[in-house]
Amino acid sequence: MTNSLPSVTIVRRIKASPAKVWAAITQPKLMMQWWGPDAGPTLRAEADVRPGGRFSVVFRLLNGDEHNPTGIYQEVVPEKKLVFTWEAPGMPERESLVTFLLEPFDGGTRLTLLHEHLPDEARESHAAGWNGLLDKLPIFLGVTEWAS
Amino acid sequence: MTKAILRYMVKYQASRMDRTFSALADPTRRAVLLRLKDKPGLSVSELARPFSLKLPGMMKHLDVLSDAGLITRSKTGRTVSVNLSVRPMREAMEWLKRYESLWTISIDRLVALVEKDSE
Repeated sequence: MTNSLPSVTIVRRIKASPAKVWAAITQPKLMMQWWGPDAGPTLRAEADVRPGGRFSVVFRLLNGDEHNPTGIYQEVVPEKKLVFTWEAPGMPERESLVTFLLEPFDGGTRLTLLHEHLPDEARESHAAGWNGLLDKLPIFLGVTEWAS
Repeated sequence: MTKAILRYMVKYQASRMDRTFSALADPTRRAVLLRLKDKPGLSVSELARPFSLKLPGMMKHLDVLSDAGLITRSKTGRTVSVNLSVRPMREAMEWLKRYESLWTISIDRLVALVEKDSE
C-alpha cells in the first residue's frame, strides 16, 4: 500500500543548453555555486558521476546548521538524465531519490527535478539493482519554506 | 547510548511517516479525513453513508487511518465516534516543506548561474 509517498517536482525552462546545465549539476566546482536552500554557503561538493559513484554536498544554512546530504549515482545519461539516492544524516527520514531530467527546449533546456521518497518495495529492488523504479512512483506537490 | 536512541527515534519517525502517506493514498480515506475536519466526532455509520460503503468496508479504512495515527476512535455506549489527529500529517508536511524549499531555491540559483554564462 505504499503507492503514494511524498515527492517534490519542479519544472523550469532555462535559457542555456543541456550541456551547460549538465555541467552545472555534475561538476563540483559549479555545484558549489548553487547548491543550498538559502544564502548560506556551500562548503563542499563531491560528485563521482557514474553509476555506483558517490555524491556528497555540505552546505551551511544562515542559521548556522550544516547539512551533508550524500548518495550514490544510479543512472547517468550525459545531458539527459541524472539519478542519485539521497540520505541526509540527522534528518528524520530514510533514503530518498533525486532525478534531474534535461530536455532540449526552444534553444534552451527544460529541467525537471523530482525528489521522491522510496517506498519499501522500491528499496528492495534498489538493493537488488534498481529496475524500473522511476515509472512506479507517483507525484505529490508540497509548498513553503525550509524548516527553520 | 544517546546515539542509539536518536537512531531509533529517527527510524521510528520515518516508518510512521510512511504509514501516514500510505493511509493518505486512498481517495475514500482522504474524504473521510476532510469530513472529520468539518464534523469532528461523527459515528462510523455516519461516515460510511455518503460513500455507499458497507460498515465493514468503512471499518477497514478506519483501521488504516487509525494505525497511521490520523484518527482516534472513542466508544460511547454503542456508538463509536471518530476524530482527527493531526500530528502525523504535520510531520509529513515537514518533509515536503523542507525539500520543496531546498530545491526551489537551489534550482533558482542553478538557473541564474547557467543563464548568466549563456548571455
